[in-house]
Amino acid sequence: MRYLSRRLAHGLLVLAGVSVLSFLFIALAPGDFLNEMKLDPRISPAMVGALRERYGLDQPLPLKYAHWLQSVVRGDLGFSFAYNSSVASLLWPRARNTLLLTVPATCAAWLIAVPLGAWCASQRGRWADRVCAAMTTALLVVPELLLALGLLWLAVRTGYFPVGGMKSATFATLSSSEKARDLALHMVLPASALILLNLPVLVRHVRSSLVDVLASPFIQGARARGVPPGRLLFRDALRAASNPLISLLGLSIAALLSTSLVVEALMSWPGLGPLLLEAIAARDLHLVIGAVMCSTLLLLTGNLVADALLYLTDPRLRVERQ
Amino acid sequence: MSGASRRARAWLVLLGLVYASILFAGFIAPYSPDEQNRSAPFTAPTRLHFVEANGRVHLRPFVYRLVNRPGTFDEYDEDRTRPLPVRFFVRGAPYSIAGVRGDRHLFGVEEPAKIFLFGSDQFGRDVFSRLLFGAKISLVAGVLAAALALGLGLALGSLAGFYGGWTDDAVMRIAELFLALPWLYLLFAVRSMLPLHIDPARAFLLLVTVIGVVGWARPARLIRGMVLSAKHRDHVLAARAFGATDLYLLRRHVLPQTAGVVLTQLALLVPRYILAEVTLSFFGLGVTEPVPSWGNMLAAVQRYEVLTSYWWMFLPGIALGPVFLLYYALADAFQQELAHQSS
Repeated sequence: MRYLSRRLAHGLLVLAGVSVLSFLFIALAPGDFLNEMKLDPRISPAMVGALRERYGLDQPLPLKYAHWLQSVVRGDLGFSFAYNSSVASLLWPRARNTLLLTVPATCAAWLIAVPLGAWCASQRGRWADRVCAAMTTALLVVPELLLALGLLWLAVRTGYFPVGGMKSATFATLSSSEKARDLALHMVLPASALILLNLPVLVRHVRSSLVDVLASPFIQGARARGVPPGRLLFRDALRAASNPLISLLGLSIAALLSTSLVVEALMSWPGLGPLLLEAIAARDLHLVIGAVMCSTLLLLTGNLVADALLYLTDPRLRVERQ
Repeated sequence: MSGASRRARAWLVLLGLVYASILFAGFIAPYSPDEQNRSAPFTAPTRLHFVEANGRVHLRPFVYRLVNRPGTFDEYDEDRTRPLPVRFFVRGAPYSIAGVRGDRHLFGVEEPAKIFLFGSDQFGRDVFSRLLFGAKISLVAGVLAAALALGLGLALGSLAGFYGGWTDDAVMRIAELFLALPWLYLLFAVRSMLPLHIDPARAFLLLVTVIGVVGWARPARLIRGMVLSAKHRDHVLAARAFGATDLYLLRRHVLPQTAGVVLTQLALLVPRYILAEVTLSFFGLGVTEPVPSWGNMLAAVQRYEVLTSYWWMFLPGIALGPVFLLYYALADAFQQELAHQSS
C-alpha cells in the first residue's frame, strides 16, 4: 500500500504544480473577459471596474492564486463570466460525458487490441502479421480530424447513425430503455473514431512486447513440453508481457484524452473538449483553467488505476518495499 | 552503406521534393490563392479532354469553359463549342519566390476557361493552388515548431543531464508537469492565453512558438538520459582529466552521441506538429482566412452541404496522409540505422 499512497501523493503534487503553471501562463496573458466587455458601449467603465474588484481581477498574482485555492476548497473552482455560474457546476456534467465516451472506448480498444496483437505476434513474419502491420500503419497516418470527418460523412451518407450530439431532441419523453438505446446510438460514431485512432498504437505495442516474451526460454520450454498454443499465448505469455502493457495503459490515456478533444468538438459530443473551445473563444480564463485541471485530473486518475493494476499483477512491486 | 541509410536517403529525397514544390508554389500553382471566381463556387475538378465532341483527337489535353446551369448554385455544363488547350509557362498572376518576382506559371488555360485540378471552394478559389500555398504554412510550421521544441529540449536536457544535482531536479520536475497534461489540452490552453484575433503572419509565428514551447519536455527527458550515460564514458572522463572545459566536453563528446536520437525525434515530431497547426487553424485559433492553411481549408467541411456534396474539399486532410507516411518511414529508417550502428 505504501507504493500506492506514494503514487497518490505524487499525483496530487503534479496537480498542484499544473495549477501554478496555468496561473503563471495567465499572468502572461494580455486581457481577460472583462477587457472584451469594456469594448461594449452599453456597459459603463465604472461597472467594469466594480466587477473587476468584486472578482479580484485587479489583485496581484499570488493573491489571485490564493483566491482560486480558496474556491477549490469551497468546491466551485472560481466563477465563469461567460456562463454566469460557478466553474465546477459547468465542469462536472461535461467531465461525466467525456468519461462516458472515453471509458467504453478504451475498454473496447483494449479488448480488440490484445487478441489482435497476440495473434499477430504468434503469426510473426507470416502474411497475417504483415497485413496487420500494413493496416496499423495505414491507420496511424490518418489524421484524427480526417478520420472523424470521414466517419461523419459516412453517417450522413448512410443515415444509420445520428450525426453529432449526445441525445435526440425527444430524449426527455423516452422510457429508460429507449434512453439507453438512444445514447448508445449517439455514442457509436465518436466511440468508433476513438477506437480506430487508438488501436494502431495499442496493437503494435501488444505485438512487440509479446514477440519478446514468445522468444524467451520459458516459453520455448513450455512449448517443448506440449502446452497447447492458445493457452501458451493467452495465459503464460500474456501474463509475462502484462507489465509493460499496463504501463502503456497509463500512457495511452493522455493520447486518448487529446484525440477525444478533437472528436468531441467535431461530433458535438458535450464533453470537456467543446467546453474548452467555447471557454477560449469567450476568453473565460477561469473556465479554461478548470477544463485543463479537469483533464489533468482524469489523466492522473487513469495513471493511478494503471499503477493499482500493476501493483495487483506484479508481485515484485509488493515484495520489494517491505 | 546499410539498407536502412539508403532508405533514409530515399525518403529524404522525396520529402525534399515536397518542400521544393512548396518553395516554388507560386510557379506551380496556376492561380493566386486568394483569386476569387464568384460565378464558379464548388466546381468539381476540371476534366481534361483529349477527344472533342465531334471526334477530333488532340495530342495536347484541353478543357472546356464551365457555364453555370441556370437556376442552380453549383451545377455546371461544359461549353463544348470551343476547346481551350492546356498551355505551359503561361503568364498569370504575379508572385515572388525568395524575393524573385515572376508571372510565369507552370501550366494554365486561356481565359475565360479555368483549370481547377482539385476543384474550387465556396468563393470559386482554386483548391490546387490553395493546397500548395497552404502547405507553405502547415508543413513549414511543423518543421519550425519541431526544431524549436528539439532546440529547447536539447538545451534543457543536456543542462539537466550534464550538471545533475538541483538543476537536474528542477528541469525534470517542470518537464513532468508538462507531460502530465493531455497535450492538446495544454496546447489549446496556452493558445487561449494569447490574443484571439491577430493577422496571419503573426499568427503563424505565434503558433510555431506555442507548439514548440509546449513540446520541449519529451525530447528534454530523452536527451537528458543520453547525456547522463554519455558523460560517464571513459573517453569523456579522460578528456575532463586533461582539463577540457564543460562547453568543450558537451560540444565535442557528449552532444554528438545524441545526434541519431535527435534526428529520429525530429522525424517523429514534425508530423505531430503539422497536425497541431492544422488542428488549431481548423478550430479558428491559428492562421485565418484569406491566407490558406490546410487547417482552415479543411474547416469548410464542417458545413453540412460541403461535407455531403463536395468530396474535393477533403483534399487538405487527405494530403496529410502521404506527408505523414514519408516522415514515419524516415523515422523508421533512422531508428534501424541507429540499431544497426549500436550492434
